[in-house]
Amino acid sequence: MPELTSRRGLLFGTAAVSAGVLLTGCTSNDSSDEPAANDQPAADDKPGKQVTIGFAGPQADHGWLNAINDNAKNRAKKYKDVTLEITEGSNDTAAQIGQIETLINKKVDVLVVLPADGKALTQVGLQAMRAGIPVINLDRIFNSPQAYRCWIGGDNYGMGLSAGHYIGEKLKDKKNARVIELAGLDNLELTQQRTDGFDAALKNYPNIKKVARQAAEFTVESGQAKMSQLLQAQSKFDALWNHDDDQGVGALRAIKQAGRDDFLMVGGAGALSAFQAIESDDSVLKATVLYPPTMAASAIDLARALGQSKGVGGLAEFEIPASLTLYSAVVDKDNVKQYMSTGFK
Amino acid sequence: MTQPVSPPRDDTPKLSPQAEPGSWRTVAARADVRTLSLLGVLAALILIGGITKPEEFLDTRNLQLVLTQASVIGVVTVGMTFVITSGGIDLSVGAIVALASVWATTVATQEYGFAGVLFTAVLVGVGCGLVNGMLIAYGAMVPFIATLAMLASARGLALQITDGKTQIVSIEGILELGERDSYVLGVPPLVMVFAVVTIIGWLVLNRTTFGRRTVAVGGNAEAARLAGIDVRRQRLYLYLLSGLCCGIAAFLLIVLSGSGQNTNGNLYELDAIAAAIIGGTLLSGGRGTITGSVLGVLIFTTITNIFALNNLQSDVQQIAKGAIIVAAVLVQRRTASTT
Repeated sequence: MPELTSRRGLLFGTAAVSAGVLLTGCTSNDSSDEPAANDQPAADDKPGKQVTIGFAGPQADHGWLNAINDNAKNRAKKYKDVTLEITEGSNDTAAQIGQIETLINKKVDVLVVLPADGKALTQVGLQAMRAGIPVINLDRIFNSPQAYRCWIGGDNYGMGLSAGHYIGEKLKDKKNARVIELAGLDNLELTQQRTDGFDAALKNYPNIKKVARQAAEFTVESGQAKMSQLLQAQSKFDALWNHDDDQGVGALRAIKQAGRDDFLMVGGAGALSAFQAIESDDSVLKATVLYPPTMAASAIDLARALGQSKGVGGLAEFEIPASLTLYSAVVDKDNVKQYMSTGFK
Repeated sequence: MTQPVSPPRDDTPKLSPQAEPGSWRTVAARADVRTLSLLGVLAALILIGGITKPEEFLDTRNLQLVLTQASVIGVVTVGMTFVITSGGIDLSVGAIVALASVWATTVATQEYGFAGVLFTAVLVGVGCGLVNGMLIAYGAMVPFIATLAMLASARGLALQITDGKTQIVSIEGILELGERDSYVLGVPPLVMVFAVVTIIGWLVLNRTTFGRRTVAVGGNAEAARLAGIDVRRQRLYLYLLSGLCCGIAAFLLIVLSGSGQNTNGNLYELDAIAAAIIGGTLLSGGRGTITGSVLGVLIFTTITNIFALNNLQSDVQQIAKGAIIVAAVLVQRRTASTT
């Protein structure tokens, strides 16, 4: 399988572009993006020294990564003193290294890097730091702390904890409560971290037992397929945690197809469709735990603060922190309005 | 399983034993040993499922579930069987399903309603098949390369159309088609489409000139040409057919998942090829069986189902799946050689 994907990746660039040019006009969906999230600047609003920020991310081949790019762009647009140099995303390690080297040669002031593969891109992070360009490492962490000035990212273990605690509190008065888990792609370490967090949180509630777990592949298709099997396997359960809202679209479809509504579902990540379902409150989906793509906006802010030698407003220190782990908030009917604009498609 | 059976005659166009006319008794007697051993494997799986999870597995709803999950890949496999029988290969099926499903679910397409989505899905499938067919038949490209190129560009285009976003379908008529209310006498509409495609595929391969030409081209293209068959046109039609099946499958997937996504149809090419080969279609061409392919698909879907019902995790599932593929092929070989 990896062989196939890489072969695919290799051909992507050339073939996709040539085929794509013919057809974009009539098919593209429009993407009007409004600025999202808390838009207080990290440093301050006062225009300061001009900062050129280089941004390199992976290919935006799913909704969350797409939202990462949008968040970065929109945040940069907000500041008159920020110029954003954004590269074409790539999942190919060599290509991404090349793009970052180009940004280093252009002598950008600060680099924001979401590596396609954190370990493989450590060297180029080190290279930038040595060249005197501070690096904000976004989400997928480099191997060495010397390769970045500041790391900001989500908390997979924390997602599991938040989901587990939310479900635990809802079911704590129920005898012999049964919980099932629809995990993401098992090949990824983050899936295991999410599951570990979920299990750890559920341990606090001795009346709750996790009776089944199946892994989907973060896609709608796999979500529908795995969920329909889970529903057939478990004729009665009280709560479901689904790791990812994208595959959740498929899971919700399977639930509707099976005509089931006798349990509570919690999602993961924070997709717009999930927020809308939570708000309209007409399905089993009652909450979702965040893995917020707004972290890209924060990264731009941190990069700006770094470029202007400022700290984070409200914190006593004169410098930005070295590491920031974002909290995985629970979004339910009560607070969904606040998060609606951060939802990704 | 050990009735006297005529050995497979790979050199004549009329190969599939199912094609022999006669009462069901003679059909059964002459049925391919491979097909019988596949039925044996399926029966063994059903036994395992029935023993480990009697309540959940031996249940009408579960039968509906397994058949529904088999429909999408099943339709793709029917098209693939034709292509492989002719000595070709189509690596682009998964990508075509992805492209057709996202093109048919853009906001613009959805404005044209049910018919618009169905029409677009099928048309995109046929269009991609046409490109494949032209490149292979008239551009003299090797099928492996031509369809690999299609795989890459169709996936790329699907990504470009969606921007990686999930396109939700909001047309009620389509959504309802995937729900219990539209089951006819307990049969989901998706399964009916699968059944119809299978029957038509079987008839075309076994009962028509087109089918015989396909087998002849796969057995020996040069001989087929000398016998007056327009090999190039035949090849073009075959990839068109595979594209058509992908278009239909894409529509089924839209109904099933209520959405279009560029990740759809991931690795369908491998699943379809594996099902066809396990079913008894020769990878080198010249021999093809729709019955075998469909049984191959059902075996895969049943395995997945049993694993999920028993809550086995992905790692165990993958290991066991590999082992079962090898076992199924070995059983087939053995039964085929001892008769």
